[in-house]
Amino acid sequence: MDDAMVAQPSSTAVDLHGDSSLQVEISDAVSERDKVKFTVQTKSCLPHFAQTEFSVVRQHEEFIWLHDAYVENEEYAGLIIPPAPPRPDFEASREKLQKLGEGDSSITREEFAKMKQELEAEYLAIFKKTVAMHEVFLQRLAAHPTLRRDHNFFVFLEYGQDLSVRGKNRKELLGGFLRNIVKSADEALITGMSGLKEVDDFFEHERTFLLEYHTRIRDACLRADRVMHSHKCLADDYIPISAALSSLGTQEVNQLKTSFLKLAELFERLRKLEGRMASDEDLKLSDMLRYYMRDSQAAKDLLYRRLRALADYENANKALDKARTRNREVRTAESHQQLCCQRFERLSDSAKQELMDFKSRRVSSFRKNLIELAELELKHAKASTLLLRNTLVALKGEP
Amino acid sequence: MVQNLQKLCSMMTEKIFLQIINSLRAEATEEVSLDSPEREPILSSEPSPAVTPVTPTTLIAPRIESKSLSAPVIFDRSREEIEEEANGDVFDIEIGVSDPEKVGDGMNAYMAYRVTTKTSLSMFSKSEFSVKRRFSDFLGLHSKLASKYLHVGYIVPPAPEKSIVGMTKVKVGKEDSSSTEFVEKRRAALERYLQRTVKHPTLLQDPDLRQFLESSELPRAVNTQALSGAGILRMVNKAADAVNKMTIKMNESDAWFEEKQQQFENLDQQLRKLHASVEALVCHRKELSANTAAFAKSAAMLGNSEDHTALSRALSQLAEVEEKIDQLHQEQAFADFYMFSELLSDYIRLIAAVKGVFDHRMKCWQKWEDAQITLLKKRETEAKMMVANKPDKIQQAKNEIREWEAKVQQGERDFEQISKTIRKEVGRFEKERVKDFKTVIIKYLESLVQTQQQLIKYWEAFLPEAKAIA
Repeated sequence: MDDAMVAQPSSTAVDLHGDSSLQVEISDAVSERDKVKFTVQTKSCLPHFAQTEFSVVRQHEEFIWLHDAYVENEEYAGLIIPPAPPRPDFEASREKLQKLGEGDSSITREEFAKMKQELEAEYLAIFKKTVAMHEVFLQRLAAHPTLRRDHNFFVFLEYGQDLSVRGKNRKELLGGFLRNIVKSADEALITGMSGLKEVDDFFEHERTFLLEYHTRIRDACLRADRVMHSHKCLADDYIPISAALSSLGTQEVNQLKTSFLKLAELFERLRKLEGRMASDEDLKLSDMLRYYMRDSQAAKDLLYRRLRALADYENANKALDKARTRNREVRTAESHQQLCCQRFERLSDSAKQELMDFKSRRVSSFRKNLIELAELELKHAKASTLLLRNTLVALKGEP
Repeated sequence: MVQNLQKLCSMMTEKIFLQIINSLRAEATEEVSLDSPEREPILSSEPSPAVTPVTPTTLIAPRIESKSLSAPVIFDRSREEIEEEANGDVFDIEIGVSDPEKVGDGMNAYMAYRVTTKTSLSMFSKSEFSVKRRFSDFLGLHSKLASKYLHVGYIVPPAPEKSIVGMTKVKVGKEDSSSTEFVEKRRAALERYLQRTVKHPTLLQDPDLRQFLESSELPRAVNTQALSGAGILRMVNKAADAVNKMTIKMNESDAWFEEKQQQFENLDQQLRKLHASVEALVCHRKELSANTAAFAKSAAMLGNSEDHTALSRALSQLAEVEEKIDQLHQEQAFADFYMFSELLSDYIRLIAAVKGVFDHRMKCWQKWEDAQITLLKKRETEAKMMVANKPDKIQQAKNEIREWEAKVQQGERDFEQISKTIRKEVGRFEKERVKDFKTVIIKYLESLVQTQQQLIKYWEAFLPEAKAIA
């Protein structure tokens, strides 16, 4: 876990190690009705695996199972567990396609074809994103020196049959409910309302920082989504405008004919540029913010675990004192207190490292994405300018 | 005033001159504006103008004097020359509508607009002058012009629409952005309305228009109030007209008219579609602007939270860029609206006026047709009387036949005249339309280029900040 980060060609926001002893990728994905089936391909020279190259098919629930297995494992309490990928959601896109199909008889055939094309592109983009999110999750695990050695991880990567975790959905829901109760207790811990005394400045700073940061990045992410959505609506508006201009041009008998037709073409091209701008903003800004919102939540979870360990340590201390005064079961109290102390210190050490890595990961990812965002915005703006200027020259040049 | 008319006479053929007089007399169903000082002189055959008690003499007297001293050069030229000038782009008059000012309080309040005219035309007494007018004055002007020129085939530009909701907000004194927007929208619409009206060579000659532009005091146009009695009467008449139109089956001898009507019908449909789509564009761009502003704020907050210094600075810079972009979107939305959307809605209303003119031609034809039918009936009556041998009735029948023969002739002349006027008007209208659209399209595209160039500027300034994150 050093500072040398290699940019991954995937569209998401995470920089990963160039370590090649375990390479994981999603080589294929198929969308069927409600389910997405991911083909997870592993290339590894590690002695544990039976082959050097192999693939399995996994669904979203199996990724969640893997994530939860890590979270529940006490060994990893001192690590930031990479956030689980979000559930594939094609609902909105599918609804739109359906509405288009039922449709509006007032739109022309060309308009219909273009709108269908747009919606299909949208569907494809959502699909690609969900593949990328699932892939990044696995790749972060593969890159982490401790997490990559997990037995469940190997099972996930290698076991040919499905992992029968489908029924977990109900458990997931229930688990989620229970988790919320636990969470409010955690919130009390982390917001300092429980009266627990923090001994380490570093963690005190991280706690206040992460609380605020997480809220604000979540806000920024939501608002970035809205910007992207408006931008997309704007691009889509050009479709009927272009169509109407086209009809006007065909009907005209005077010099406006060429003007209208050229304008129709211009708007069609502008539409594509605006659409690309919207999706670039989505990938470079919205998605990045969303990823770090989840990652910062994972970091907060680590802090919770550490604080719980601290609370346990404090309680063990109190119990030991009580035992000593009463002179009963002092041995057990002593060994319990020692365990808690060791656990707490172990967690603190690894948490410190993890949080520093989180920061450098975050900074380098923001840097990469902001640079790419600016470069893409410039590219599109220049292309639009050229397009507009050419049209203006053509229009002015006519009699 | 009469001297002007005599000069007018010399340049137009007598036939057309009489035609205008007669149609002004005949079309008494349209509202007659009592405020127009020229009505009386035209109707009387006396050389001296009969000034009605309604019209204040201060309005009439000075103008007549000035006219007798300096006969406007324009009247001395031949009609062809004037037409040429009208068709070329040498019409030298510029109108601005500005400085909306609220006058009064509560529900009786109104907005007064400054109307400034800059011109080198000698029909005006000064080369630059301005007056204060309120919205109902504009409606009154349109009403007068429409009543004089529409039914003889001139395409009179329609006035901007009334808006009870919009005006109420302004009256009640809401100083928010929606009422400022409303006032600005109206101001721009009034300006375009006047500019179109003065571009029309015939309307430019109209004394009501000149009075509107020049006179410091203008009598209130009383029949333009929303839901006034006259307003309701107007609506009823319009409806009756619509019914009549459906039942007129005209034998179109001239394919040109049918073709043109179809063309305008198609144009109307397409413009409406385009207009609706552009309105959606304006709406979404405004939304984009608002969302960008909200994002800018949250990016700034995120930058404040960020504990890595260079990244924190870059995020603050990003927030600034997004704020500037929000401004850009707002400005572009204005351009979308005022250039593109309003042009389309103006032309949708103009085409309605064009359709109205074609309808008037149909009514004119109907009148001619009816006169022919009546003449036939009168002839039949005469024949009957001759058979029945009633000498006094025969004389009456003969008189009536003469009367109706004249009406038939007049009807034919009217119809030919209106057809001719419409052809000319449509030609002029189409030329204007092409020019208008081309100008606005170019202006609009230039606004889009402006926006993109600003975007380039902002992102180019941001890029080094992003690269500086270490």
